[in-house]
Amino acid sequence: MLLYIVRRVAYAIPIALLVSLVCFMLVHIAPGDPIDSIVPPDTPKEAVEQVRREYGLDKPLPVQFAVWLSHVVQGDLGRSIASRRPIAGDLMLASGKTFVLAVTAATIGFSLGVALGSLAAFFQGTWIDRLCVGFAVAGVSVPHYWLGMVMVIIFSVLLAALPAMGAGPSDWVWDWVHIRFLILPAITLSVIPAGLITRTVRGTVIEILNQDFITTLRGKGIRRSGLLLHVVKNAAPTVLAVMGLQFGYLMGGSILVESVFSWPGTGMMLNNAIFRRDIPVIQGATLVLAMFFVLLNLIVDLVQTAIDPRMRRT
Amino acid sequence: MSVISSQEGRLSGRNPPPVVVSPGYWKGVVRRVSRDRVTLICGAILLVMLLIILFAPLLAPFDPLQGSTGRRLKPVGWQGHLLGTDELGRDMLSRLMYGGRYSWFLGIAPVVVAFLIGGGLGITAGFAGGKVNMLIMRATDVFYAFPSVLLAVAISGALGPGIFNAILALTLVFIPPMIRVSESVTTSVRNLDYVEAARATGAGSRRLVRVHVLPNVLGPIFVYATTLVSVSMILASGLSFLGLGVKPPEAEWGLMLNTLRTAIYTQPLLATLPGVCIFTTSVCFNLLSDGLRSAMDVRA
Repeated sequence: MLLYIVRRVAYAIPIALLVSLVCFMLVHIAPGDPIDSIVPPDTPKEAVEQVRREYGLDKPLPVQFAVWLSHVVQGDLGRSIASRRPIAGDLMLASGKTFVLAVTAATIGFSLGVALGSLAAFFQGTWIDRLCVGFAVAGVSVPHYWLGMVMVIIFSVLLAALPAMGAGPSDWVWDWVHIRFLILPAITLSVIPAGLITRTVRGTVIEILNQDFITTLRGKGIRRSGLLLHVVKNAAPTVLAVMGLQFGYLMGGSILVESVFSWPGTGMMLNNAIFRRDIPVIQGATLVLAMFFVLLNLIVDLVQTAIDPRMRRT
Repeated sequence: MSVISSQEGRLSGRNPPPVVVSPGYWKGVVRRVSRDRVTLICGAILLVMLLIILFAPLLAPFDPLQGSTGRRLKPVGWQGHLLGTDELGRDMLSRLMYGGRYSWFLGIAPVVVAFLIGGGLGITAGFAGGKVNMLIMRATDVFYAFPSVLLAVAISGALGPGIFNAILALTLVFIPPMIRVSESVTTSVRNLDYVEAARATGAGSRRLVRVHVLPNVLGPIFVYATTLVSVSMILASGLSFLGLGVKPPEAEWGLMLNTLRTAIYTQPLLATLPGVCIFTTSVCFNLLSDGLRSAMDVRA
């Protein structure tokens, strides 16, 4: 097991490096001189040249990458063109908000998905199954930015029950004043994982129920609750892995929901950066979210292996 | 779609002994699809939508780009505007018809390109094995390290708005999963006994790929590609919704949703119509690919 952990971590390092290379290249695939993407357009010429030297933009690409990476490792993601503030600090604040949203959406989506998925599997072929599967298909097919608008129309415009945008006054606190703002975006964001987890749980549980050992257990006259325990133990690794990845998608993919609800997280930050063509912010936010995803992938793999050694990849 | 079929046609045309697929298999697929009511209905809805957006210039009652300040945000049925008018006084029905052209194109084109490139690379990796496989699959892992929405947004955000940039970004998002699926399907076929037997009787690589591997892997890979269409449509419209992708004043469902956001207080029903179109299309594509998958008996 220890050897496996070491090898898996060692494998994550080149991946992380290459991911940062992709993020580094974002500035270079932007049309025009990369320097124009980094400094504001009205910067005096001497200052532009100074930045060019500082970032090593007068050197060949591999050297530039090394220089950029050394800045990044020290927590320096550069400055925003629009606000001229360091990106790292803003990104920290925004990540916190996105984390709150993603955790809430994951909690809603995963519980709903596990409940509906198991229901569908145990009542396979009945109307309950069809209802759950229908929900799952709708969940994965719905454009969530549209669902967000519909939620706003129903709950904010027509019923005037919940706020339509923002995350409440000042810093995030878990009280009703703030939670009111969280409800609509979290439900909107939870629909896709709910649909996907329903599908995964249903498929996994049906597969387990068809295995020989279940028939044996049934033949031996096991009670329903006992059967359930066996199913949970066997389904957990697969389902947990999908959940881990889904959480990563929620953190990295909340941009559309965040822009519908003006939720001040990383997605909103990205959205504003795209609007202003603030490439360093796009680069910084992408890098941080992607690194989080790499780390999450690593943790999922390790946890999965720990609870089910059959999964150990060679 | 036409790109795929013409490619296959050319392959079999150039190499006279046609691809060997037992005729019974496709008969079975057609029979199973024709018994599947959900799949048939979804197929029919999509066909009708396709015809409407193809013939939009003939069917649309108004010019989709011609607005007027005097008739902004009029309700459904107002003076011949069957679905009302948008925030600039343009006819909604006509804009939805024209908008479907961009939404469908932006949704399907990346999957088609990813099918060709990702499928090609995946089959190559699976068939060649060894170092080639290693190289292709490790490169794929890097792109897997990005959540798909983030990758699409970051790339097209850096490239800037535009149809070509959006298609490029989405294609890059879909190539890695296409490679993974094609590689695993090809690897499992390559190790089957009959391929080994063909190799033993002296078949060369080209013949092995053409006669023994391709006919058996294209089906599953194609089915997998169809499952991506729904995601691709949602993402493509999402990019336009964010101001990437299709630029105003053109009509595109995601872009229309965005510009109509200001209307949710005055004309809430109108503001959600483009979303209904995206939702319907994406549900139908999802169910259709589910139906195809079970009819073609594809696992994975």
